[in-house]
Amino acid sequence: MAWSLDSDRPIFLQIIERIQTEIISGRYAPGNKLPSVRELAAEAAVNPNTMQKAFGELERSGLVYSQRTSGRFITEDLVMIEDLKQKIAREKIETFLNGMKEMGFQNEEILSLMKETLHQQSSHSDSNTNGGKNI
Amino acid sequence: MSTLMECNNLTKKYGAKTAVDNISLSIESGHIIGLLGPNGSGKTTLIKMINGLLIPTSGTLSVLGHRIGVESKKVISYLPDHTWLNMNQKVKDLIVFFKDFFADFEEERAYDMLQKLNISPNDRIKNMSKGTKEKVQLILTMSRRAKLYVLDEPIAGVDPAARDYILDVILSNYDPEATLLISTHLIADIENILDEVLFLKNGSLCLASSVDDIRSKHGKSIDMLFREVFKCQVN
Repeated sequence: MAWSLDSDRPIFLQIIERIQTEIISGRYAPGNKLPSVRELAAEAAVNPNTMQKAFGELERSGLVYSQRTSGRFITEDLVMIEDLKQKIAREKIETFLNGMKEMGFQNEEILSLMKETLHQQSSHSDSNTNGGKNI
Repeated sequence: MSTLMECNNLTKKYGAKTAVDNISLSIESGHIIGLLGPNGSGKTTLIKMINGLLIPTSGTLSVLGHRIGVESKKVISYLPDHTWLNMNQKVKDLIVFFKDFFADFEEERAYDMLQKLNISPNDRIKNMSKGTKEKVQLILTMSRRAKLYVLDEPIAGVDPAARDYILDVILSNYDPEATLLISTHLIADIENILDEVLFLKNGSLCLASSVDDIRSKHGKSIDMLFREVFKCQVN
């Protein structure tokens, strides 16, 4: 299944974001090996050169490192992963807040709406089965 | 990255009509390049010159330093925009034919791709649907270990699901050292696999750029940019 990519932004940036998400969510665990450029390019249905470029950027940022013969690995630097997670979270919150302010919401309103929605969500998931939840 | 193909002031005239107008460009190895342009913009004429089917009116064209001829044909695998296969033959006979003809043809790859696309080697070409014929031709073209693959409208006749499959075939059989030149107007379907595009307009090269540059500079897809550049004028 090809990855869904926006058509108006550079593909390599979208690949970087996607791999970053996989790493900070733990789906790609620290120290684990990444699939090869070719495998991932085929999976994403993108040009291998584009995948290579994205990997190059990820390596430069330190999130991924390559070992000459055995392939590419996710960093074991948990602090770096956590920092990235915080940074991306802040960016997402800012985007969200800007959208809300554009609609005319004030900070207090946004906060109370957030609390209300979170409350509803958690009561929903409580009424469902509670299995498989992490502590 | 080394220069694979180079043309200088390349021009082709059909009588008074200029089909390719003074094109100079150089193509490096290791890229997937989209050759894009509306009908009649000179895409197929350019491709036919690269493959020695048309002689340029003026200008020069070389592939890996060779002029177009026997040496260039050894390293170029070409998929024409129309069927050229012998209709009475079976797929497996065509494979024998190709193996005999091209030193770089790899039989196992051809059989492997046929199997992936669910095509029986014992089927005759004439009994196949248009889309299946196109798939067979593409498989034969991609089974060569060429330096330059020139695909003229490779996905025009196949359904969208098969298109994805064919792009997968192209990507998984593509040697990173080789270059693929794909002409098409189904831009949205293939733009994710392109890394460079060439826009042809009235026989001239009006844009040569990397896909990422276009997306970051214009904030739009190649498909959108194409629609803008080639917007039909209503007078």
